[in-house]
Amino acid sequence: MAEFLQFAFSGLTVGAVYALVALGFTLIYNASDVVNFAQGDFVMIGGMSTVFLYATGVPLPLAAIIAILTAVIVGLLLHRLAIEPARGASPVTLIIITIGASMFIRGVAQIVFDKQFHQLPAFSGDRPIEILGATLLPQSLWVLGGGLAVFVALWLFLERTLIGKAVLATAANRLGARLVGINTAVILAIAFGVSASIGALAGVLATPITLTRFDLGTIMTLKGFAAAMLGGMGSPLGAVVGGLLLGLIEAFGAGYISSVYKDGFSFIAILVVLFVMPRGLFGGRSVERV
Amino acid sequence: MLTVEGLKARYGRIEALKGVDLTVGAGEIVALVGANGAGKTTLLRTISGIEPAAAGRIVFEGQPIERLASHVRVARGISQSPEGRQVFAPLSVEDNLRLGGYRRRDGAAAATADLERCFTLFPILKERRRQAAGSLSGGQQQMLAIGRALMAAPKLLLLDEPSLGLAPVIVDQILAAITRLRSEGMTVLLVEQNAAAALAIADRGYVLELGTVTLTGTGRALLDDPKVREAYLGV
Repeated sequence: MAEFLQFAFSGLTVGAVYALVALGFTLIYNASDVVNFAQGDFVMIGGMSTVFLYATGVPLPLAAIIAILTAVIVGLLLHRLAIEPARGASPVTLIIITIGASMFIRGVAQIVFDKQFHQLPAFSGDRPIEILGATLLPQSLWVLGGGLAVFVALWLFLERTLIGKAVLATAANRLGARLVGINTAVILAIAFGVSASIGALAGVLATPITLTRFDLGTIMTLKGFAAAMLGGMGSPLGAVVGGLLLGLIEAFGAGYISSVYKDGFSFIAILVVLFVMPRGLFGGRSVERV
Repeated sequence: MLTVEGLKARYGRIEALKGVDLTVGAGEIVALVGANGAGKTTLLRTISGIEPAAAGRIVFEGQPIERLASHVRVARGISQSPEGRQVFAPLSVEDNLRLGGYRRRDGAAAATADLERCFTLFPILKERRRQAAGSLSGGQQQMLAIGRALMAAPKLLLLDEPSLGLAPVIVDQILAAITRLRSEGMTVLLVEQNAAAALAIADRGYVLELGTVTLTGTGRALLDDPKVREAYLGV
């Protein structure tokens, strides 16, 4: 029982990070049909910037805020310099542009930061909380709490505000959106900025547990993308469920079977789900009459 | 209210509009008829700012607007129900209508009042208000597209092919709604392939052929014109 709980805790913690990356995917996808393969690099920017600012003596909360703002600026630049000039290109072209942007960001990060692994101190100490024989790090609660807060905020934004609806409208029909007076370039910029801030927040929260390095973005993008596909691309709820599920599958697979195949378990699970439900767990409702 | 002078627009190397002159006075229904490919949709898109004008002027309420972005033109009071409806399929009917009022800055009460006016004009939309727009029938989607354009509280309403592909009984409902809007003081520029129906409710009309206005007159006069009767009315 203690062992089971232990695996569950670590699965949920990692899963919450995947969920945050997947939420970032969801937002940009909703606004533009683009899958942003630089999404994981925002996680790296968030973590690495915080580490380096903290090392120069900036207090941790301030360092985290500056790091998130840095990621937002990178997100806005990505939109302005790479996505906006290619306006009207097919989603596949735009996706390839984001892959190129991701390589560029990693290259710059190597120069601006370094090639070492880095860690941050835990926000509320390292003393583990014991629950039924299993232990939970306080930092895990930060990660889970952050994931929950972002999910609720994003859901309220998309479902309850007119600007959030405008994001969905821009994705649903660009021409229709322009004709009701939505400035679609601004909507896309908002999506990239908010998405970058979500990714960077994930990086800040997870770095005390998972370490960070200039090339962390690659694996984060892969896992976040897998989580978003698992839950159903475009659905915030799907992103969260997909992320947590992916984390749990990895933790239990690694714990009970073999940690060598940790990544394999999650990708096999995704293949099975997509065979049975091609739109993912929560992407099913697409009724359209033409 | 709207004056278009020498307007030219291109699709790639093809000149879709070759210098169009047209005016719409306040409170008028003006019909624009012509064959497929005559440039009718391009003209409306250029007035809305979706397509750039290659040359010429568009003057709205005394101000040149041909350089303004499309969202600014909506804020000035020009809104369009486009060809093919272009509704936001995954969003609910009510969300579609609320988004129609995206640019208005006159408060929630006014927007809600206009929402009720839309529901009075097209009661079926009220019944379906929680349903996804993509699940509506073609005629209902057309009503939604017109309702969405009205939610911007426009001074000038552009309607592109509102009768396209619809059953005759639905076409009659939509034409009745347009006539009713005029009686409430709305100004309408109506683009139609169904020339007989459009000219019958229009105060004035223009015939567009290959990017040029070839005939203009009152709706009645155009309906009686032998060239129009032969080319567009099939009699």
